[in-house]
Amino acid sequence: MKKVEVLKDGKRIDGRGPLKMREIDVKLDIISRADGSAKFSFGNTVAIAACYGPRLLLPKHLQEEKGGIIRFRYNMAPFSVDERKSPGPDRRSIELSKVIKEALACSVFLEDFPRATLDVYVEILNADGSTRIASTNAASLAMASAGVPMRDLVCAISVGKIDDTLIVDLNGIEDNNSEADLSFGMLPSKDEVVLLQMDGRLTKEELLKLLDLAKENCLKIYELQKKVLKGKYGVEDVE
Amino acid sequence: MNEKVRKIVLPGEFLSFREGRKLGNYVYQEGEKVFSKVIGIPKILENCIDVIPLAGTYFPKIGDRVIGIVKNVEVSGWFVDINSPYLAFLPLSLAVSEYVDIFRVDLSKYYDVEDVIFCRISKVTKDKIVQVTMKDPEAKKLEGGVLMKITPTKVARLIGKGRSMINLLKEKTKCEILPGQNGVVWLKGDNLQKAIQAILMIERESHIYGLTEKIQKFLSGVNEKS
Repeated sequence: MKKVEVLKDGKRIDGRGPLKMREIDVKLDIISRADGSAKFSFGNTVAIAACYGPRLLLPKHLQEEKGGIIRFRYNMAPFSVDERKSPGPDRRSIELSKVIKEALACSVFLEDFPRATLDVYVEILNADGSTRIASTNAASLAMASAGVPMRDLVCAISVGKIDDTLIVDLNGIEDNNSEADLSFGMLPSKDEVVLLQMDGRLTKEELLKLLDLAKENCLKIYELQKKVLKGKYGVEDVE
Repeated sequence: MNEKVRKIVLPGEFLSFREGRKLGNYVYQEGEKVFSKVIGIPKILENCIDVIPLAGTYFPKIGDRVIGIVKNVEVSGWFVDINSPYLAFLPLSLAVSEYVDIFRVDLSKYYDVEDVIFCRISKVTKDKIVQVTMKDPEAKKLEGGVLMKITPTKVARLIGKGRSMINLLKEKTKCEILPGQNGVVWLKGDNLQKAIQAILMIERESHIYGLTEKIQKFLSGVNEKS
């Protein structure tokens, strides 16, 4: 594949500086029949999440006496990518569903609802890189908005390296042409990492630097999530 | 927004140090620190720390009076949907005071599928096996009327301090209103639409100060028009 020049004169392909995130747009309660729902977009990447429950888990043999389970589905709409994606689950979406579900499960008090399930569905309406990140953020907001008992909100961000420059929030072209990319999710007020996936090669120093960058940007997303959730009830100031 | 809004906390937000106080259902402790589990209004008192959730599913608690819909008629009781993740069981012995020969009598003659009952939660096990009882002064079968669902955590606001809000609603709309603590509300009367509007308004604006006055104003307007 021909390499695209994604970094030129310190500017990225969409005109951003290396450490700048794309514009974030968040909306709550976009699906009226869901217990909680949210739309989260990073530039052109748009994810919508709906949360239902906790509700009784059926069939009965799936029930866990000690706690509830999360059923998470990550799905890309056929029109979300340039070339039509065939609908339905594939290897990638099954893997991402598992990874995001485990990140969210770190935050939820599953023991509070034995034999029940929390159903979270995420649809990617438009994909331009960092879809798992947008999904995680959207799902976390949908769950908090639905009143699910959680330890903390989950915030996520992607970071990476292109031409020896560390960058934040990769878009689709950068994702395909980066030397390394790292998806990172955390519980901001606990300072706990819940999602970490890396593709490519990094030195130890670069990795540590990227982790710091990711944490710093996660905190920015956390502030935004807090603002949106409190804004739903008319609270404007966030201490 | 101009209205004065109560302080709201989010999951993971620090509330206070425990200092030997009792903890409610919607908070958790890490070390000495107490955090919120849900989005809600913090209630930090001298003897307890809790959060009143603004959203969420109903989880049954012993003593709650709830409205349920009979889903199954079994040999020795009924399964009742109480708007929670778990079905509740109403055993025959807690439903009917007379002797019933279960081999001869069809239990649907007492409560049939889709019947609506107002009952009390008598037992909840650790694994959330729920039992309800009709042996309560207020328990009864609800005939006619309509059912509506609101956020269960806002039922307390619908009832109000010393039943002030519910009495106001009943008086102004002349409707029979029976709120279950599981978020199901039963209404019967002529002015149903206005009562439903007022209840939805309470649900929407439960976190705002001066809600009772606002509802009073809204309902007075209703009376003048009708």
